[in-house]
Amino acid sequence: MGLPFTVSCEHYGVQTTVPEKRSIENNLTRVDKVFQNLVTLGAFFSMVVLAAIGGFLLYRGFEIFKDFGFSFITGSKWDIGNPEDTSTAILGIGAMLVGSIITAIIAVLLSVPFAVATALLIEFYVPGWIKTILVSILDLVAALPSVVFGIWGYAVLLPLVEDWSVTIEHYLGWIPIFNVPSGIFGRSPFLAGLLLSLMIVPIITSVAREVYSQAPRDLIDAASALGGTRWGALRAVVLPFGRSGLVGGTMLGLGRALGETVAVYLTLNLVFEINFKILASAGGNVASLIATKFGEATEYELKALMASGLVLFLVTLLVNFGATMIVNKSRKIV
Amino acid sequence: MSITVETMAPVPTRPWRNSRATGMRNLGAIVLAAICGAAINQVTGLSGFLGLFLAAAFLFPVFVAVANAKRGANVVTDRIASAVIAVAFIAVTIPWLSIFITVFQKGSEAFHSSYLTDDMRITPSGDDLQYGGIAHAMVGTLLMVIVATIISVPFGIIAAIYIVEVKGRFAGLIRFLVQAMSGVPSIVAGLFVYSTVVIFFGGFSAWAGAVALSILMLPTVARTSEEVLKLVSVDLRTSSAALGATQARTVFTVVIPTVASGLITAAVLGVARVVGETAPLILTSSYFVATSTNLNDPIASLPIYIFSSLGLGDQNATARAWGGALVLLGLVFFFFLLTRIFSSRIKRK
Repeated sequence: MGLPFTVSCEHYGVQTTVPEKRSIENNLTRVDKVFQNLVTLGAFFSMVVLAAIGGFLLYRGFEIFKDFGFSFITGSKWDIGNPEDTSTAILGIGAMLVGSIITAIIAVLLSVPFAVATALLIEFYVPGWIKTILVSILDLVAALPSVVFGIWGYAVLLPLVEDWSVTIEHYLGWIPIFNVPSGIFGRSPFLAGLLLSLMIVPIITSVAREVYSQAPRDLIDAASALGGTRWGALRAVVLPFGRSGLVGGTMLGLGRALGETVAVYLTLNLVFEINFKILASAGGNVASLIATKFGEATEYELKALMASGLVLFLVTLLVNFGATMIVNKSRKIV
Repeated sequence: MSITVETMAPVPTRPWRNSRATGMRNLGAIVLAAICGAAINQVTGLSGFLGLFLAAAFLFPVFVAVANAKRGANVVTDRIASAVIAVAFIAVTIPWLSIFITVFQKGSEAFHSSYLTDDMRITPSGDDLQYGGIAHAMVGTLLMVIVATIISVPFGIIAAIYIVEVKGRFAGLIRFLVQAMSGVPSIVAGLFVYSTVVIFFGGFSAWAGAVALSILMLPTVARTSEEVLKLVSVDLRTSSAALGATQARTVFTVVIPTVASGLITAAVLGVARVVGETAPLILTSSYFVATSTNLNDPIASLPIYIFSSLGLGDQNATARAWGGALVLLGLVFFFFLLTRIFSSRIKRK
């Protein structure tokens, strides 16, 4: 409620002294100091855990890195040799690492188009009440245990994919990655990747949805007012706006796909040989290797598993760091 | 005498709402695609439900394009895009539906009157399905999840309080670390607990399993709690401060009670996230066939029950695995419903 005129004090000969600015003190009470310090301490628990995971895996697997050096990562042979004599062992996770990456990339390639479509459908096509239902369904699927995905993939998806693989090989076998010289299909990187893609669609969708929902509303309305079509607005405004967020979400999905164990264990045949033929029943996966070998591992092999765990940890951590940074950045734009 | 003028404020419409004509055209295209799909399904090698869907899925956008051909290239592109988006969404929900249906069908075969109350103490996995049950697995899962909740929920909420309430210097870092922690592969968490708890205490135990689960649970709890704490209005906090309350008092008597149901949601979401974790438990709590409440020994759990039954290859054992999967799915569903109930309660506030 502003006054309609201004009063100038000097006209009336009144002298005013401007009071000195009062300094505001914000001394915390002792209770609050204790409270803040305790909370800060507790908040660093996550850092302690992350550091401890890296530290302990390095400590337990250090001997392996010392014995094999870089060839532990590049080598593809996994042979314990004479269990009594550790110097006869040749251990390398090269094939497993490459296999993990191939499977995860297949999963990401298969899931991104569907995730984008689902996110666009939820944000821009369906009315509010359907949106609520669809979001609930996606959240539920994201919470489904990987062992349930695994058992379904083994029992239902495996026979189907085996049939499709035969057909694909028949028509597209001249492309090297679809060629299967062994003639054995089944538990292939393609199957594992397909199953993983079903698991990561909800993850990518939820990030994409969040980013798309922040697309500038006025630009979308402007596109509508100018008589543009819905797809025109999506392509000109929403998709470019959400690109970096989508990349971040995709990397989150990639991280999940790289670290997934049980679903891959049940649907992928581990072979210690680098294999780019994605339809053949031979692949590699670090997480699955750990689960497979853990049961009857010798002490030395166990150390090698710890070392592979460390490699997996570092790779996924790197991917997640990148993903988190990209997603956070795209959030900040708004 | 006064004159009242009634004006009708225009009801805001969503842009690009389909007109009735477009709706009819779409419907026609769907019906036509389904009919042609069925025909192709009968004649060619694209057999079964998936073949029908595949044929219809490719035909639908084509028919939509033809139906709108008169209206110009832009409209045709728009309609094709809508059709493709719809088809892609349906394509991705079919496998998810299949998972639910398959687990329900195959899982119910393993059920018998005392399936939920018997354990596998005197029953080999390959035995007839009327013997044995999953009581031991349910008890084990429950115990480990409870312990994991007790460990991780306080730390998760504290991390959230630090980010939202204390707003310390490291708030950004902590949020970043929590997000990074949510990406730790479950098997790595298992390996870590194996290399510490299991090796120090000389064997598999329920404690070790619970610790592994709590590591996986913490990020979910922390992130959800953070979102929930942000919902508390600043007015409440400043009012409390104006009344002379310390920050600690404000947090414990004003902020937390206001969003208690939201924090419970966070905990339940965390539980739903870890109740089906398999990989870390292989390395930490192992498996045991009898009902046990001793946390110092190996203990059964639903995921491992499924996993180990599946590994045997025996027909009855596989049926048991499906039964376990059904119970696990039911548990996840139950926890999920709980979160919906609690979070709807907080929205009403």
